[in-house]
Formats: sequence, C-alpha cells, structure tokens
Amino acid sequence: MTPSERRRAGTAAPAASREPLQRAEAPGRRELTLLQAVTEGLATALAEDERVIVLGEDVGKNGGVFRATDGLQERFGPERVVDTPLAESAIVGASIGLAAAGLRPIAEIQFMGFVYPALDQLISHASRLRSRSRGRYGAPLVVRMPYGGGVRAPELHSESAEVHLVHTPGLKVVVPSTPADAKGLILAAVADPDPVVVMEPMRLYRSVKGHVPEEAVPTPIGPARVVREGEDAVVFCWGAMVPPALAAARLAEERLSARVAVVDLRTLAPLDRDAIGEWARRTGRVLVVHEAPRTAGLGAEVLAIAQEEAFWHLRARPRRVTGPDAPFPYFSLEDWYLPDAQRILAALEETLAET
Amino acid sequence: MTDLRRVVGPAGEPLHPDAVPLAVAKALLRDMIFLRAFDERAVALQRQGRIGTYPPYRGMEACQAGAARALAPGDWLLPTYRDHGAAMIHGLPVVEALAYWNGRVESYRAPEGVHVFPPAVPIATQIPHAAGIGWGLRLQRSQAAVLCFFGDGASSEGDFHEGINLAGVVRAPVVFFCQNNGYAISVPFRLQTAAATIAERAPGLGVRGERVDGNDALAVHLTVTEALARARAGEGPTLIEAVTYRQGPHTTSDDPGRYRDPEEMARSGLGDPIERLTAYLRAQGAWSEAEDEAAREDARARIQAAVAELEAMPPPEPRDIFDHVYGAEPAWFSREREAFLAGLSR
Ligand SMILES: Cc1ncc(C[n+]2csc(CCOP(=O)(O)OP(=O)(O)O)c2C)c(N)n1
Ligand SMILES: [Mg+2]
Repeated sequence: MTPSERRRAGTAAPAASREPLQRAEAPGRRELTLLQAVTEGLATALAEDERVIVLGEDVGKNGGVFRATDGLQERFGPERVVDTPLAESAIVGASIGLAAAGLRPIAEIQFMGFVYPALDQLISHASRLRSRSRGRYGAPLVVRMPYGGGVRAPELHSESAEVHLVHTPGLKVVVPSTPADAKGLILAAVADPDPVVVMEPMRLYRSVKGHVPEEAVPTPIGPARVVREGEDAVVFCWGAMVPPALAAARLAEERLSARVAVVDLRTLAPLDRDAIGEWARRTGRVLVVHEAPRTAGLGAEVLAIAQEEAFWHLRARPRRVTGPDAPFPYFSLEDWYLPDAQRILAALEETLAET
Repeated sequence: MTDLRRVVGPAGEPLHPDAVPLAVAKALLRDMIFLRAFDERAVALQRQGRIGTYPPYRGMEACQAGAARALAPGDWLLPTYRDHGAAMIHGLPVVEALAYWNGRVESYRAPEGVHVFPPAVPIATQIPHAAGIGWGLRLQRSQAAVLCFFGDGASSEGDFHEGINLAGVVRAPVVFFCQNNGYAISVPFRLQTAAATIAERAPGLGVRGERVDGNDALAVHLTVTEALARARAGEGPTLIEAVTYRQGPHTTSDDPGRYRDPEEMARSGLGDPIERLTAYLRAQGAWSEAEDEAAREDARARIQAAVAELEAMPPPEPRDIFDHVYGAEPAWFSREREAFLAGLSR
C-alpha cells in the first residue's frame, strides 16, 4: 500500500509513511493554523456523524479558551456542543458512559495540567472497559487537551504529561505538529473504536500554518512522519519540539555538513517501533527530544526501542534533550527549561563527534 | 435574593447599623480602596507588557477584604489565583503578588509567621488541604483557624465534596469561603449546577451553611468572624457562600463580550462593594472627602513602591528552576543541575 492508500484505508502502516518535506505551498492551496485545523476537524466530525458530541469547560458559548471550538455551538446547537460543569472526572467519566450508550463524545480538558482529576477515569476505566466487559462495551471516546510550554501561561498550565497516558495499556495517544495532522488525527481518533487522547501543542496553535485538505483525510494512528531525511543522525520528536528539531537539523547541515533526519512520532501510544528501528539502523546516531522531564520520560522508551531494534548499528550513545528533572517553572524561566534548537544542535554535535 | 445576609443595603442603607463598629467599617473601606487600586494597576501593567496574564478580582473586594480581615495573625489563608487581594490583606507583601503574576518563581512569599498558602491553580485542590491544616491544628490543640477561598466553579469538583465532608467528620476549624461571582470563566452559575445555591450543599456535607451578600463587606466580615469563632470553639467547619459578581474578564486573556450581557451586573442588584460601603459611611457622617482622598493616596504610594521593587528585581536565573525542589537535595539532582546549566552556557 502506498501512504495515501493507507491513509484512505485508515489503517496503521508498519513503518513511517514517507511524506515529502513540507514545501512552500503552491498558490491557491488553502492554509490554516493548527488551531483552525482542530476546529475544522471537530466540525467535520460533528457534521459527518450525528453521534458525535463535543463537551467540556467553556467549549460552548465561549468557543473554548483557545477558540478551538469557535462557532461550533452556534452551528450544531447546545445539545451537541456542551458547556459542562467544572469537573474533569465527570467530563471523562460521563464521556465513557456516553460512548457506552452509543454516542461518540469528544471531550476537552482545558489544559493538560488539569487532567489529573480525570486520570482515574482514563486509566482505570476508559482504557479497560473493553477488557473488563469482555468485549461487551468499548469506550470510543476522544479526549483533547492543549499541552506544553512556551506561551507565557500561568503556573501549572504548561505540563507535558504524556507518560501517564502512554503507560496505560488500552489508551492511544496522538500529538499533531502540523495543521493537516491536527485535523487528520482528530478524524482518525473519532473513527477509532478505542479511547484516544489528542494532545495539542498550544505553542503551535497559532504559530504554525499549513495546507489542510478540505475533505476528511484521516491521519492514521500509528505511523510516524518523516519530516526530513538524513543519513548521519536522527532526531525523534513530537508536537512543539518538531520545529526546533528541524531548525537544529538545518543548522547541523550548514555548520557541520551533517545530514540529520527528523522524525515526528505523532502517535505516542502505540509508538511506531518500525520507524524508530529503521531510522536508528539507517543513521546509527539517535537523539530524542521532549519537553517533559528526563527521568522516565517517553524519550527513555524511544531510546530503549532504538537499542532493541538496532543495537549493533548504533555508532554513538543515544542521547536525550529534555526538560530537566524539576517542576516546570513559572513563565519567566520557561525558555531556559524548554529544549531549543541550540540545545538540540549541541547534542547533535556530540553525537556526530563520537566514534 | 432575599435570603442573603446583609448589614448594608444595595444603595448603602444601614440595615443593622450596630452590627459592625464604624472603625472596622472604615478600615474595610480603606482596604477595599487599596485592593481596587492594585487591581486597576495590575491590569494596566499587563496591558503594557510589564506583567503576564492577570486575573482581576474587581467587584469582589468586599469578599476579599471582609473575609481576610476576620483572620487573626496566626491563622491560615488558602487563596486561589484570584485571591491575592485577600492574601495581601493577611500580610502578603504587595511586590510578592506582582512578581507572581510576572512569572517569577521567587514570589508569593509571605513573611515568617504569616500563613498564606501558594495560590490554588488547579481548581478546588486547596479544599482538602484546608481540611488537613485545620485537622492538624486541632490535633495540636492550636487556637488557629483556617480560611479557604474558592469559586462557584470549584463547587463542581470532587475535591470540594471530599474536602468539606472530611473536615466535617474531624471537626476541623475551617471556614470554606465560596465567592460565587456568577461565572467560571464563561460558564454561568445556572449551568454549573442544577441546585439553586451553593450554601444548600452544606447540610448534605454535614457542615453548617451560610449565604451572604458578597458585595456587603460588613456582612461578609461578620459572617466569617462568627464562623471562625465557632471553628476555634470546636464547633466544626462552616461553608459560606458569598454572592458577588466578577466585574472584569476572567483574566486579561478573556473576552466576556463573547458570553455575557454588559447590563447583567446592574441587574444583579448587588451594586459595587466600594460604592456601597462609601455611601453607608457617608450617610453616617463617618467618611469625609479628605479621608477618601487620603486612602487613595496611601494606596497609590504603596502600589507605586511595589512596582518599583518589582522592576528593580534582578533578572531571573536558570539556576532558580532547581531551587527548593527538595528539602534535602539528592546528589544526582545537584549533578543534573550543574550539567544542565553548563549545557545552557555553551
Ligand atoms: C482542575 C482545573 N480545571 C480547569 C481549570 C481552568 N480554569 C481556571 S479558572 C476556571 C474557572 C474557575 O471558576 P470559579 O471556581 O468560579 O472561580 P473564578 O475564576 O470565578 O474566581 C477554570 C475552568 C483549572 N484551573 N483547574
Ligand atoms: Mg466564579
């Protein structure tokens, strides 16, 4: 199957789909911000399937604190786009019930830092209602949440807490870094028979623009996206870390004459083991970048997979560029906390220098 | 809203003129004038890019001053992100509040002996803390009590029910003080709960409930003072619903024009808390133009000094990220910090 056939079929591909690098858009092609693409994905889901409802805090009349649900209540009515009480456990728990009753809820958690009251529902219930009911009930719900730092948000609004979710068998976790994937992953998540968490990098909401097909083109859950090809090293990343990783790869080419591949994992659970193994084998030098603290971060799992799949091909120690093992600081310090192109480039330099 | 406890009517009418001494009323008005001036200055600083996103408490000064002034010096205050007004009244230095909203990690530090918890940002999470602090004080035979602030939105969270219920069981000396300002960001109270009031949850949680006009500083002060006295006497916690109105946006990033009618505040019948108390004291002949001007001038000077202090703070250092993470710092952590900082300076 070609990548586009796979996409149409909506099935997971075994290895990374080789999409072309993002090129300058041809004139006349429609460009949206990542945020607009989220809204369009939700509108498409609501329009295509009357079982879909959108619920959460401030998602209705206000259109969401980021405007991700702007206009949806007007268009689809207050029964399908619902302002809930301020209660994350009830939002996710009731979504499980709505799904069991035959609806397709898309819940919003206002910021990932506020998902914790809902973890019991996600971890103990959404992820295993299917197995606990021996297949009788599934939990086909989608839970969207903005995550990550870099927007000068108040305290506790910048968490990147993916590990809690990816460590839960039964949950799928996806993260778009492009507008097309923002729409496509939401559509795939709604179509999925199991619970899917969509983490949306709030730093990219308005800072990234790109072509988004007007039709419904799901981005399959599973395969990574090759952002840039290269033979000398590979950087694995996702979400808001994709732009600095790409910038670092370009700097490595300019300054070190190295060809560095960048792979956007975009599905964090289940990880694309084949793509991680393949790019580790092809380059022999592996770097992973994430915002979350280093210890027991998802980078550890990515590097473990790289070693399991490609141990004898590695030519340098695998490296992590991450947030430090300290709480995410208040915003005056966040630019130091978050990995940036300079830190990624420095790690690339070390990797490339190692023999 | 006839069931609201009031000392001063919506236009400043004296309903129970002997309930609160005039000196206390005047002190509360000075507090509120200060709080309003601070809030206005903070909004202006945000607009000028001199601090970050800021949540105004405009319209809620009677709650913040009236409740916090009921505390004794050794009592504990648990504020939310919107209650730095109450925190400043209880002794948080003004610059510490400003620094917090400027994203500085070294901020919101109360002086030794003043108990102000870090502001609750995840909604309702401070409510169980308050239960535990009160419980701990009681176990240690302390005379101190606890005042826990939260909003109407918080009353929907599990932590609200869990914390107050537990406090009732252990008879914790806590006053749970809900500022029902009509909104949780854009969600109006009628969508928050099908119940008519928050106070009516109290019997179901096994605690005493009170409902007070939150724009009447004297009624708030009296109600909280009585509840604190019961708490200290071992009579257990009280849940107080103070009905007020958030005059401004949720934060400086919010646009209330999207979800509420600008005429709504007038219809609330609560009036403005500062105008109400001013009218009351004027009618008693207890508040002159000169006193008013002096209170404003004093507020301006205190705020100006705090802004100057804020802007004289040395710039933040990446090293600060690692401060106070552990009481006894593990060796690996110190090594990681040094490696991290060395990496930044390359
Ligand atoms: C657990 C949690 N969920 C969501 C949020 C986002 N949020 C911040 S303030 C707020 C509304 C709070 O309303 P209320 O309790 O009435 O307090 P108010 O802002 O009116 O003072 C929301 C939803 C949060 N901070 N914490
Ligand atoms: Mg409120």
